Amino acid sequence: MSPLLSLDNLTAKRGDCPVVDSVSLTIGQGECVGLIGPNGAGKTTLMRAALGLMPSTGRSSLTALTSAKRAHAAAWLPQAREIAWPVTVENVVALGRTPHLPRGAKLSAADQAAVSEALAQMDLDSFRSRLANQLSGGEQARVLIARALAQQTPLLMVDEPIAGLDPAHQISTMQAFQALTEQGKSTLVSLHDLGLAARHCTRILLMSKGCLVADGTPQEVLTPKLMHDVFGISVHFEHTSEGPVFQPLGLT
Amino acid sequence: MTRLMAFLAALTAALFLASLAIGPAAATLSQSLTALIWGDGTPLTLIMREIRLPRALLAVAIGASLGLAGAAMQGYLRNPLAEPGLIGVSSSAALGAVLSLQTGFAATFAMALPLSALSAALVGVLLVLTLAGSRGASMTLILAGIAISAMAGALTSLALNLSPNPYAAHEVVFWMMGSLADRSMLHVTLAVPIMALGWLMLASLGRGLDALTLGEDAAASMGINLKRLRLMLVLGTSCVVGAATAVAGAIGFVGLVVPHMLRPFVGGRPSRLLWASAVGGAAMVLAADIAVRLILPERDLKLGVVMALIGAPLFLHLIYKTRKELA
Amino acid sequence: MNVCTDQLAMLLADEGQLLSVSSLAYDKRTSAMVEEAQGYIPNTGRAEEVFLLKPDLVIAGTYTARAAVTMLERLNIKVVTIAPASSLKEVRARILDVGAALGQTERAEALAAEFDAGLAALQPDPNARKPRAALYGANGYTVGSQTLSGEMLTAAGFINIATEMGLTHGGTLPLELLALAAPEVVITSQPYPGASRSEAVPRHPVVARMQAQAVSSKMNDGDWLCGTPFVLRAIKNLARHRERLDK
Repeated sequence: MSPLLSLDNLTAKRGDCPVVDSVSLTIGQGECVGLIGPNGAGKTTLMRAALGLMPSTGRSSLTALTSAKRAHAAAWLPQAREIAWPVTVENVVALGRTPHLPRGAKLSAADQAAVSEALAQMDLDSFRSRLANQLSGGEQARVLIARALAQQTPLLMVDEPIAGLDPAHQISTMQAFQALTEQGKSTLVSLHDLGLAARHCTRILLMSKGCLVADGTPQEVLTPKLMHDVFGISVHFEHTSEGPVFQPLGLT
Repeated sequence: MTRLMAFLAALTAALFLASLAIGPAAATLSQSLTALIWGDGTPLTLIMREIRLPRALLAVAIGASLGLAGAAMQGYLRNPLAEPGLIGVSSSAALGAVLSLQTGFAATFAMALPLSALSAALVGVLLVLTLAGSRGASMTLILAGIAISAMAGALTSLALNLSPNPYAAHEVVFWMMGSLADRSMLHVTLAVPIMALGWLMLASLGRGLDALTLGEDAAASMGINLKRLRLMLVLGTSCVVGAATAVAGAIGFVGLVVPHMLRPFVGGRPSRLLWASAVGGAAMVLAADIAVRLILPERDLKLGVVMALIGAPLFLHLIYKTRKELA
Repeated sequence: MNVCTDQLAMLLADEGQLLSVSSLAYDKRTSAMVEEAQGYIPNTGRAEEVFLLKPDLVIAGTYTARAAVTMLERLNIKVVTIAPASSLKEVRARILDVGAALGQTERAEALAAEFDAGLAALQPDPNARKPRAALYGANGYTVGSQTLSGEMLTAAGFINIATEMGLTHGGTLPLELLALAAPEVVITSQPYPGASRSEAVPRHPVVARMQAQAVSSKMNDGDWLCGTPFVLRAIKNLARHRERLDK
């Protein structure tokens, strides 16, 4: 099977300074990939460049596609939570079906089902007819995640989706991404909560200063050495009967 | 949605008939319509066909144009304050029209006048989009609008003052405020084809504007071609505002008031708002033009004055509501 | 300093007596004496400009640049202001006024007598049909019968529809009412260069249609604008027009 995303020496610059520096990687089917790294490491830029939302050099399998095909290949949830108009939650989520609808067509039964499924996954059934721009920040975040889920693409790329969510919804969101892997779909999720990354991701990418410095299972990446080198923190990482437990302890 | 459209369509039809029936020459509606349709050769036929019909048709076309342009600009900039009149597009178009009239370019070929206004409107739109950025923050949008309006207004006044025609200097008000008085079928044939082109372009934006509700990145990732959307928006807006302004002057606030009033009824969705605002805009301008004739029939009250009286308070209200963003 | 008094002065003054006329006297649309005016210095009615010409006498219209006129008076220049003629009778009076100001009383009386004779000769045949006509200017302004233009229209044997509308002096006549009144003749004026919406009103297709149906007539504004003997020429043209209507 062909990979869902492959990057080959992808480089994106701001002025002369490379924000993403020659990153090569491949994401196959059924992966939940956590993208971690300090602020300014280039996580967002990597994802935007991979999607062709900003100029870059090197190769990305997604930018080679037309914008219509790309919308079927990958969904993208930007970090900025923007809902400009007083639109109902259901209608926001239904926007995720845009690439699947011919111009001017109404939502089909299959589209409706996709919307309902995404709403249920994000625990939003009771919010259906509320105005999305009047919800709290965390609730809006969940609505927007549901929108990306409703796009039902093989690859989902999400930028810090769980920032600002309560613990229960942080976990349920990560579980939703994990559930996608069972359908052969993959998620690339950037996040700062390393504990959640350790528990829910099948693979972790670690970025520092624009470079991809580590790529592997949580066990391979979340090592004390790498955490010290990249984040400057000491950590505790242990496999328990309840699964992996990762806890940053302090600054080094 | 369909109920809203049916209501708006019925309202527009009723206002259209009222617009045909009202004028200084007294005649009943049935007399007027008979004269209009069958042409009994009386002066009333002349009045209906050459004075009132073009006026009503222009009110509908211009109203639809301005409503549509307002809804489209707001959808694109994600800002309820975006309106062709307020952000200087209409005044730019008026400048283009005045320049082409005073230099005699307008007389060189039939479409010269609306095309000149269109080109100037294009410059105005591009300036606004450049200054305000693609996410139209209120502050930059309004400041850009003030600057462009002031510049275009000053140049329009200058052109009119330099005109060898003694009457031209007094017509600054018309170009700034707009009026539908004494327009003829000639103006309809001049403006409507270009407006229709603009309508087609703007009407194609619905899906993209809906997706833009979630921001540019999200829209682009949902397969929306933002470059094409932007091009269509700029060209479409220039067409409708340019053609409307060339024949009726800069009528403001239609594109602000109408989308604002209708937004709650279409669930805030920009695509539906486009259609609703087009029909609502037609009703609004018809109503304002009727009001102009009823309030001060003898005094050539400008249509734009009535629109500003309705629109300016709403504009203040909107600023009040967005002042957090402005601060 | 006024295009109307300029023309009377040009008709009455001795050679060398008149120094300067207003620049409007050189415009065919406002003056009937463009050629005669060539020998004089044009002025644009500013006090400074006129003062530098060091005239003994300035003839101005009542409505000529008031500020300039008072300034000249303060500079001890003798200014005679002459009101515009608002009837045919006043034309005669203005000829005499300007004559008196210039010290050309005899010449003025001769011109006035000539004017009287000319006017009498233009009396229309009382049995002739009187067609209905409208004078229609910029902004839809129509002129009533108690004005110079209105009297000229009557003298040429027309009925002014403004009278039917109750407009004795004049006023704005909406296009619709003009169309409804359906006069046989609509007399409009020549447009100025450049463009204006005001002048678009008498050029509306409705007026064009009415002018096509009847005989159209454009006012030669130079003859119409001022109370000078040239109004006789305008009346004559108008009367000829009327006669053509019934042929």
